[in-house]
Amino acid sequence: MILAVAEQREGTLNRASWEAVAAAQQLAARTGLGPVRIAIAGGEVGGSAASLAEADAAEVVALEAPALGAYTADGFTAALAGLLATDPPAFAVFAHTYQVRDFVPKLAARLGWPLVTDVVGYGEPFEGRPAFTRHVFQGKLAADVVAESDGPCLVTVQAGAFQADLVARGASPAPVRRVEAAVEPSAIRQKPEPPFQEAKQAVDLSQAARIVAVGRGIKEQSKLALVEELARALGAEIAASRPICDAGWLPLERQVGSSGQTVSPKLYLALGISGAIQHAVGMKGSRTIVAINKDPEAPIFELADYGIVGDLFEVVPELVKALGKSA
Amino acid sequence: MKIAVCLKQVPARDTQPRVNESKTWLREQDATFELNEPDAYALEEGFQLRERHGGEVVVCSAGPARVAQALREALARGADRAIHVEDDSLASADAFAVADALAAAIEGERFDLVLTGLQSDDQGFAQTGVVLAERLGIPHATIIMEVAVQGDRVRVKRELEGGWFQWVEMPLPALLTIQSGINQLRYATLKGIIAAKKKEIRKVTPAAVASRQRIVRLRAPEKTKQTQIIPGPAADAAKELVRRLRDEARAIE
Ligand SMILES: Cc1cc2nc3c(=O)[nH]c(=O)nc-3n(C[C@H](O)[C@H](O)[C@H](O)COP(=O)(O)OP(=O)(O)OC[C@H]3O[C@@H](n4cnc5c(N)ncnc54)[C@H](O)[C@@H]3O)c2cc1C
Ligand SMILES: Nc1ncnc2c1ncn2[C@@H]1O[C@H](COP(=O)(O)O)[C@@H](O)[C@H]1O
Repeated sequence: MILAVAEQREGTLNRASWEAVAAAQQLAARTGLGPVRIAIAGGEVGGSAASLAEADAAEVVALEAPALGAYTADGFTAALAGLLATDPPAFAVFAHTYQVRDFVPKLAARLGWPLVTDVVGYGEPFEGRPAFTRHVFQGKLAADVVAESDGPCLVTVQAGAFQADLVARGASPAPVRRVEAAVEPSAIRQKPEPPFQEAKQAVDLSQAARIVAVGRGIKEQSKLALVEELARALGAEIAASRPICDAGWLPLERQVGSSGQTVSPKLYLALGISGAIQHAVGMKGSRTIVAINKDPEAPIFELADYGIVGDLFEVVPELVKALGKSA
Repeated sequence: MKIAVCLKQVPARDTQPRVNESKTWLREQDATFELNEPDAYALEEGFQLRERHGGEVVVCSAGPARVAQALREALARGADRAIHVEDDSLASADAFAVADALAAAIEGERFDLVLTGLQSDDQGFAQTGVVLAERLGIPHATIIMEVAVQGDRVRVKRELEGGWFQWVEMPLPALLTIQSGINQLRYATLKGIIAAKKKEIRKVTPAAVASRQRIVRLRAPEKTKQTQIIPGPAADAAKELVRRLRDEARAIE
């Protein structure tokens, strides 16, 4: 059996849940280790379980307990450890969300099962074992990874690596089974407060038609003037990768990516940005993507429509000139 | 307060790793190494907590002999002492093996707070801190942007996706994985570098290092997108790019 574990917040299914289901179905098809089951945990998850039941699956398990109403690492670890230990799957597939990062390593450690994180695809099996492809060295290399044992194994899949719309739908809804989670409230050490957003952002990059985004390739804060000049010539907003905002060179509200804004302008011009997944998820919906990077192997070129392999300090001034002439 | 900070030494970011003969890891002899970036923020957070609450900051790293260099650097920045869990196989071990090795080395010290980075720049497991917390039997929280110690409890600001945050409180001892950008980094001073020479690095030999997963093939990532690379000297490429953005992509007027 292959188990896909979905995620919800306050009754709303996380979109990445469908990607985990798609990944589990594809793994079942490749390995013949099906059927696929789906689990979802929370305080009350009937609605989410009913949506998930539309997928082609043998069963949806609604793992419920009042103590799971607000997410805690201790609570979710205990609940899922109980479920997984009772009926161990060959593989349990999760989406690599921040919540999953927070508790699944603990779950794996408690169960004593291997955990392969941030998987982007399946490789050729190795010595009869399924191989999982993941990016290492900041996306510069891809690694096929196998578990060292034949027992159960946990897997998390990278955002966007498996398409939600490839989920196979069932002819009729899958049966939903309610399971009372074994969670002792007094054993939960974390006391969570409600999630919140910081004060409304002054800059709304999601509305920008054109964006010039700058990354660590700019090297020094003083060099940002160059980028500003290009943004002016293009009539574009300025955005940045995380390290630029971490350093305080640009305000946090200009950060694009999983922990920043999600943008989809007509034009996204990435200067000295390597294209890490956490940046990519925030900008890959842009209509036209241009990358200027001195490293021809930089992952950003996998996203770009147009690329210039070169030194941004040489190319950007020429771009400003060319734009001036063309106007 | 007794604070442990776990540091990993990783291949330098701006170098292209060369794959070894068996295609299972990089050729270590060709690589230059540096401190994993998020770990520098964890270290700085340790210093700031020490400034506020007193106590000591102990840095711990699991890896081959070269790792001593990263520990020296942390001592020069201000760490009080260091623990080096030394074994060649730890260079490419998985998060379980590393967490086991670190847990065995620090368990006896009863730290109030253990800090790690949120992810390593080489393997990028995003697991080691959380597994270590389970091994030590202490609570944890991940992707932390603010830390407030209040008596025997700690209140932390967790980053959630898409600009959301959440405060979480838990009893000490606890383990936190620190997000980049939580503080402003300070670097070693000459005085610090000299002082570091006298500081202790305790060496520990781990019991058997057993990973639960292994890399069987290491290769260049597959290319799926046909990016139009515009060649030529900067001036020509820039002109051509502007032309294509205007005429082909209609992304500029
Ligand atoms: C949980 C989590 C959340 C994260 N959230 C975000 C997020 O929201 N947004 C985000 O951006 N990142 C985020 N990150 C960080 C992300 O993983 C990367 O570390 C980051 O995006 C890298 O930024 P960069 O591309 O600017 O720097 P680097 O990866 O260091 O890349 C710099 C690039 O510049 C190029 N370069 C250098 N010099 C020049 C030159 N002279 N001319 C041209 N090119 C040059 C280099 O070849 C390199 O490709 C997150 C990470 C984690 C773990
Ligand atoms: N070999 C190691 N020695 C010390 N700390 C480590 C080691 N490997 C990982 N860590 C810590 O665990 C964090 C997460 O690493 P990873 O699980 O590999 O993504 C890093 O940021 C380090 O703080």
